[in-house]
Amino acid sequence: MKPFQYLRAGNLEEATRSAVSSENARYIAGGTNLLDLMKLQVETPELLIDIGRLPLETIQRHEGGLRIGALVSNSAVAAHKDVRAFYPVLAKALLSGATQQLRNKATTGGNLLQRARCSYFYDIAMPCNKRQPGSGCSALGGFNRMHAILGASDTCIAVHPSDMAVALTVLDATIETINDAGVSRSIAIADFYTDPASLPDQESVLKPGELITAISLPPPPKGEQHYRKVRDRASYAFAVVSVAIAGNRVAMGGVAHKPWRAFQAEKYVADGRSAADSADAELAEAKGYGHNDFKIPLARRLLTAALDGSFLRRGRS
Amino acid sequence: MIPDPATASASVGASAGASATLTVSVTLKVNGESQSVKCDTRTTLLDFIRDHLRLTGTKKGCDHGQCGACTVVVNGERINSCLSLAAMHDGDSIETIEGLAKQGKLHPMQAAFITHDGFQCGFCTSGQIMSAVALLNEHAKGQPSHVTEDISDKVIVLSDGEIRERMSGNLCRCSAYPNIVAAIRDVAARR
Repeated sequence: MKPFQYLRAGNLEEATRSAVSSENARYIAGGTNLLDLMKLQVETPELLIDIGRLPLETIQRHEGGLRIGALVSNSAVAAHKDVRAFYPVLAKALLSGATQQLRNKATTGGNLLQRARCSYFYDIAMPCNKRQPGSGCSALGGFNRMHAILGASDTCIAVHPSDMAVALTVLDATIETINDAGVSRSIAIADFYTDPASLPDQESVLKPGELITAISLPPPPKGEQHYRKVRDRASYAFAVVSVAIAGNRVAMGGVAHKPWRAFQAEKYVADGRSAADSADAELAEAKGYGHNDFKIPLARRLLTAALDGSFLRRGRS
Repeated sequence: MIPDPATASASVGASAGASATLTVSVTLKVNGESQSVKCDTRTTLLDFIRDHLRLTGTKKGCDHGQCGACTVVVNGERINSCLSLAAMHDGDSIETIEGLAKQGKLHPMQAAFITHDGFQCGFCTSGQIMSAVALLNEHAKGQPSHVTEDISDKVIVLSDGEIRERMSGNLCRCSAYPNIVAAIRDVAARR
């Protein structure tokens, strides 16, 4: 790791003000992704601001839904009785990711902000637009088995690795933040992740110093919730493709730079079309890059099976 | 002589307020004993335990959170000590493999690993045992796992499938997995 200064923030104001005082500051909470990247010198912050002891560690009922503090661990969210009872898709998505050791440390806010797991992003000897905009995308002509099939651009074809974010997408979650001026804002998860074509080195709309304080879940949607994940081994692996369903909302993981809301499939289902037709419609624009061509039929089959296994087969009103 | 970065670069960050530094004083309660050390900010919890406290039972395998050899229990929860900074744990209580045996008597999980031959080379074993001990506590608290059939259930049967899933963060390249599962199953049954 490159040398860095360490500051434990005593409050939100100190954290956010310190973050904008330095050209190259990072917040650290769980650290499970950031420290990994710092060891490889993919991330080389000059200042680490430890927000781990800020009072953002509770889950509360809020306006008919839940408000999850940014520092609640992934395992605490997954084990919470209200999450298990009312938002099982979120608990299942979290439990399908990482290991208990990592989930105990990884936080809700950090999970949203974890960076791409593309091997070229991790290899500082290789060109990567996400690390160094303008240097090129090595995955385009390289080993791209795990890469995007939807919404990608030739600038970057990495996928967003989070399972949790896919569940939050079908739950229509809102991300609450605060900045160094003390101004709060709420960002719909649908608007949270940015397009890789224009800003490959950025992944979210967060501004410098802006800090996630909580995730708000609206009241649980009517209908079933499911999370199905296909991966290379039975446990502890990122999704090759995943599908989340909550009520009439559908999203996919492992296929794009962000959790991919399957609007086309939702529309087809609402029109009474079959699961297979709905999945075909969603994947009509899908594009493979060689090694990941298999993801297109895999995503089609997984989406079909997930739709068939939930509200379609059981009949909707 | 290689300059010691801890003393050579000790300075106060001008840009980030008075308390941002390149060195930190860290006090940890390790296996019940309070220990204070000044170290480089980059020191991971794992390196702190091994190199500063000389408790080398905790192993460094991959150093990237993939193998679980560095598993320790912090404030009652197991974590990968390689993916955490010592500074982040100032004031925390850490349990390592050295703290399991009491008055010369092995912890039941340690004894079960011997009875069931739950290791070959032994490098992953302290991480496996720390994980296994934490696993039983998590299960006792009713925490579900990825393979739990119904996550709304309050009582979850600790099947072999549950044990395997909950131990998936600990790799064993000698592949002692069946015997590790047997050891955990044995201790779980005797609770």
